[in-house]
Amino acid sequence: MDILSNLVLGFGVALSPFTLMLAVCGCFLGTIIGALPGLGPSNGVAILIPITFTLGLDATSALVLMTAVYYGAMYGGRISSILLNIPGDEPALMTTLDGYPMAKQGRAGDALVLSGVASFVGAFLATVGLMLLAPSLARVAFLFGPAEYFALYMLAFCTLGGMASNNQAKSALAACLGLGIAMIGVDSSSGLPRLTGGNLHLYDGIDFLVAIVGLFAIAEVFFFIESHGLGSSIGVKLDKVRIPWRDIASTKWTMLRSSGVGFIAGVLPGAGASLGSFLAYMSEKSIAGEKGKFGTGVPKGIAAPEAGNNAAAGGALVPMLTLGVPGSGTTAVLLALLMTLNITPGPTLFTERPEVVWGLIASLLIANVVLLLMNVPMVKIFVKVLTVPAWVLLPGVTMVSFVGIYSLTGSYFDLLLMVGFGILGYILRKLDVPTVPVILGILLGGNMEDALRRAMTLSDGDVMYLFSSPIAIGLWLFAVAGFIAPMFLRSVLKKPQAITD
Amino acid sequence: MASDRIFGLVCLITAVAYLAAATQIQTNLFSGEFLPKLFPYLIGGVAALCSLTIMFRPDPEPEWPQAGSWINMGIAVIVLAIYSVLLTPLGFILPTAIAAGILSYQISPRAIPAALSGVGLSLGLFVLFKFGLSLGNIVAYRIPTPAKLWEALAILIPFVGGH
Repeated sequence: MDILSNLVLGFGVALSPFTLMLAVCGCFLGTIIGALPGLGPSNGVAILIPITFTLGLDATSALVLMTAVYYGAMYGGRISSILLNIPGDEPALMTTLDGYPMAKQGRAGDALVLSGVASFVGAFLATVGLMLLAPSLARVAFLFGPAEYFALYMLAFCTLGGMASNNQAKSALAACLGLGIAMIGVDSSSGLPRLTGGNLHLYDGIDFLVAIVGLFAIAEVFFFIESHGLGSSIGVKLDKVRIPWRDIASTKWTMLRSSGVGFIAGVLPGAGASLGSFLAYMSEKSIAGEKGKFGTGVPKGIAAPEAGNNAAAGGALVPMLTLGVPGSGTTAVLLALLMTLNITPGPTLFTERPEVVWGLIASLLIANVVLLLMNVPMVKIFVKVLTVPAWVLLPGVTMVSFVGIYSLTGSYFDLLLMVGFGILGYILRKLDVPTVPVILGILLGGNMEDALRRAMTLSDGDVMYLFSSPIAIGLWLFAVAGFIAPMFLRSVLKKPQAITD
Repeated sequence: MASDRIFGLVCLITAVAYLAAATQIQTNLFSGEFLPKLFPYLIGGVAALCSLTIMFRPDPEPEWPQAGSWINMGIAVIVLAIYSVLLTPLGFILPTAIAAGILSYQISPRAIPAALSGVGLSLGLFVLFKFGLSLGNIVAYRIPTPAKLWEALAILIPFVGGH
């Protein structure tokens, strides 16, 4: 009953005509952003945050708008995966495995609709899961003291490094880079500047939005210049779009199972959506066996990763909202949004600002329905977006990024810093160093240090205090396991290669 | 191989420099002697360990772009850096049109479409941001004095060498 009354509260916040309009706009914009090749959800949400902030929307409206963009981008990502064989982001990679072959068989429309329905099922179930799980996890989170929080941050960095990258040392280095950057600026306890090198511009610290937009969006521009925007022409034809009822009916159990798998993967801090779509695809593949013909364009091969991916995106919101620890790159960007809006995620959010949490959940449900309704009849419009040439798109994205940061701070220094982060992002990605831990480090560095300091103050400098409670010990064990296990599992969990023409 | 070794070395030097800078962190009575330095020490230490691991266990060489692409990206960086400093003294429209045009030309080297997309993006985005979203601090154009212009560009001179 508690949940129902909370939902009523949430819908009361989210169902005003204005927020509904924002949700529709956000869904439309998000789908376009997700559909554009090379511009995934993280990029899209990242470049829009500064602009949303300067628009002066109140917290709930901004949240509704950006979550609609977030979900929309998850939906849109499948369009370029299926039609171009170019995943918009990492989790969408699994959708290309069966989506592109199916499109080449002349069933592009079926593949798009089916994946849209699978996305809806995954996202819807995950939102329901979020409603059920988040409040109870928030109650557990009240037991967390500084030692537990420090261990939890370690867990997030370790699993993120373990699962999402190919080289533990590199992802740990990336996390250190982010944390190190977060230390720059005036120290809150002493009021004295730290590690600024005497540069006055750095006294306020480095704005995480500058880093995010640089690492994600500006770095992407360099990749496009390197490739001269090649490889973004549609190779398959899209005829009439009909609803493939038979495929939907035959994949219903796949969608349900994949949603469950994806949701659990998403809830794990640091694991996120890539793992969700990967596990969903692989488990369905092994259930179907050899006869399932996965990889040749079967409906189940599309439904599984899409449901898993979207369920994981919803699941990733659970640790993000209750503990303040995001589970994926895009949720890290959403955390950045919350922090920009001066909302601190964590257990107190549920008790002190229930209208934000439940407004968010209600707007997720609304966005989901809007997206399904929008995506089936309007898919042709979104496909048109793919024909925007890279030589218009990329300069446009760059300029929007610059305007966003400029309108936020109005300082040339931040713009230069953003270009610097763009170069850094290019080099890191070339060297197979993941950039998400950098972002996470910048976002969480302050809180993580705070937790450590409070722990040290409480215990009078006794290091063993960090391992003093069962919850903390459990988190440390998971952290170590999450960091080490993938070294041995990497040969088992080998990712399937993308299909090439 | 070689790239990772160089990258590891650069990171190791950075980590050591970071540790050295952390020893110099000023403290006072409110913060205690050691706590402001503790976390930076930990970060620097872990980063140094990771750098050593990367140096001694490098991954296979990534595919680096050709020399031509490097020059192109270098130009893009310079264009964006100049754009960053000129946005305030010159206003939005002119720098944006030029920067967007150059970037467009770099992705697909055809002069007329590039020029058109530069001008189009500049005007289109200006209308969108100024009148559609009414973002405050965007100004259509400013006519700076030569001294102001030079002052803005001079910001970049130590920067170019530094990055």
